[in-house]
Amino acid sequence: MGLEMIEAAGLTKRYGAKTAVHDLTFEVRPGHVTGFLGPNGSGKSTTMRMIVGLDRPTSGTVTVGGRPFRQTPNAPRKVGALLDAQAVHGGRSARNHLLSLAQLSGIPASRVEEVLDVVGLRDVAGKRSKGFSLGMGQRLGIAAALLGDPQVLLFDEPVNGLDPEGIYWVRTLMKRLAAEGRTVLVSSHLMSEMAVTADHLLVIGRGRLLADMSVREFISRNSADFARVRVADDAAGRTGELAAAVAEAGGRALKEPDGALRVTGIDLPRISDLAHKADIRLWELSPHHASLEEAYMRLTQDVVDYRSTDDELAGFTPPEDEAHPLDTAPGPPEVPEVPAQGWYAPPPPGQAPPQTRSRP
Amino acid sequence: MNPDTDVRGYVSPIEVRRAHLGDAILAEWTKMRSVRSTMWTLGALVVVVLGVGTVIPWAVRTDAPGPQGDPPLAYGFFGVLLGTVCVITLGALSFSSEFGTGLIRTTLTACPSRARVLAAKTAVYFCLVFALTLVLTVIAGIFEVVIINSPNPGPTVWAPATVGVSVYMALLGVLSLAVGAMVRHAAGAVTAMLGIVLLPLVVAMFLPRPLSGVRSVLLNYSIPSQLVSFYGAFGGFANGSQPSGWVSLWILLGVVALAMAGAYVALDRRDV
Repeated sequence: MGLEMIEAAGLTKRYGAKTAVHDLTFEVRPGHVTGFLGPNGSGKSTTMRMIVGLDRPTSGTVTVGGRPFRQTPNAPRKVGALLDAQAVHGGRSARNHLLSLAQLSGIPASRVEEVLDVVGLRDVAGKRSKGFSLGMGQRLGIAAALLGDPQVLLFDEPVNGLDPEGIYWVRTLMKRLAAEGRTVLVSSHLMSEMAVTADHLLVIGRGRLLADMSVREFISRNSADFARVRVADDAAGRTGELAAAVAEAGGRALKEPDGALRVTGIDLPRISDLAHKADIRLWELSPHHASLEEAYMRLTQDVVDYRSTDDELAGFTPPEDEAHPLDTAPGPPEVPEVPAQGWYAPPPPGQAPPQTRSRP
Repeated sequence: MNPDTDVRGYVSPIEVRRAHLGDAILAEWTKMRSVRSTMWTLGALVVVVLGVGTVIPWAVRTDAPGPQGDPPLAYGFFGVLLGTVCVITLGALSFSSEFGTGLIRTTLTACPSRARVLAAKTAVYFCLVFALTLVLTVIAGIFEVVIINSPNPGPTVWAPATVGVSVYMALLGVLSLAVGAMVRHAAGAVTAMLGIVLLPLVVAMFLPRPLSGVRSVLLNYSIPSQLVSFYGAFGGFANGSQPSGWVSLWILLGVVALAMAGAYVALDRRDV
């Protein structure tokens, strides 16, 4: 047990009837940035609080370096955490805040000036943190996490409120920390952010683990290309024929609501050949590429807790089906069920989910 | 864990030293001195204890010259009673402000031992209130003796009215700190503490005659009555049946011990 891994086994947290985290089992290894990805309210922060012993799991365990955090000797030298950037007494200066933390952890006071320099807050270190912007608060939180120069680092939404320069800095910092052999767990609800920062991904939704794989694997498995094929209107009845031909050729065709086909598994020229052979005229044959963001949203589409709608009557429609964890077993890139909407990607924010909208 | 075994892990160049209670006490002292609420509440304590301790004997002297029935130091009671509000407020803020701002998460991540955090806060606040109240009651006592122009009352009067009162105030502050750790909300903790201090007295005033037994217990053991007992028989409060000053200390110590146990359990068991 030389390596400082974070290991969760059957980690579960319930608040009354609501299950915030359900049976999570994962490992976070040193030397990588592990992205902890999930929509708002999916249990990321609860999990992180359980890792550092602030919340008690309802069942299951989570250990850091083989021990529960609260039984870890020299805990602040082993684990540093940014859990809540605004977790600072507003009346205290950044310097005094860090000084008290350094003293509490048995860290030399000179380290405070070092981390102030690292996060670029030296000029405002004497000012009361009440006046800090969100980004400055975030930097102060990162400084607190780095104070003990720990082997394990947890960052909950570290780029919240940072400007582009700050975001770039955090990315570089995470990678550097991981390259030094530390264990770095970074939570985010932005796939695009994780795609450029993380090496490994843990995706959760409604407290359940949806994916635990490397970013590369996640991309290859989820960012499926597909072709949209539309048969000429006067030959619309022969769409099924084309679908059968595609299936025969080893592809997979799914019918979209507007009558077009979504074809995966075979390339565009081959589809054209098949249509030609069957003597079916095509009015559309277009390549489409699903981005990683779309893949992530598709993965978590059913488990988003807080979804905005533009339909005031949404409250009167019957509730959606229970979330089902998506299949994460290895296999060729696959396009999941076609939503009952003309387009592939999930609806943009502010738009009702297709299921809700199509109901009377 | 032997650092030699983490061959592939990161090893910090900063010397690893096991933190202890002394570190936590130092940290709590830094926290205490680096916020303005400390200055405000303790400043108010200074003003109230010294101000009232000077004004009342001065007023009494001009109204009715000549020797009074009450010992001169007893005039300090009013200032100290008002000062309890300051001590209670700052004590309640110690934990509740950390819960309110979320700082407690940072604190308990840097020091997972709840007992150590609780002990450090208690030690710092107890010592601070004790030292300050001791200085203030001694100065106010000297004022009172000088203004009333009475003979020096002697150590048996001085000791409870200064050291005794200071320990009592410090314990009251610590009780407030423990309540803050249980209630977790600044306004709630202050309200609860004011209730503990004032309610027995107020309830006693409105109890009907048949309950006079309960009434006298409430009157005698309410916190203001216990506090007045440090000054000996005094004014309208005194009827000879209230506890003597040092007994009051033991009673409050018992209450503080219970509250501390409650605070520890709350910190240990409840999610932060």
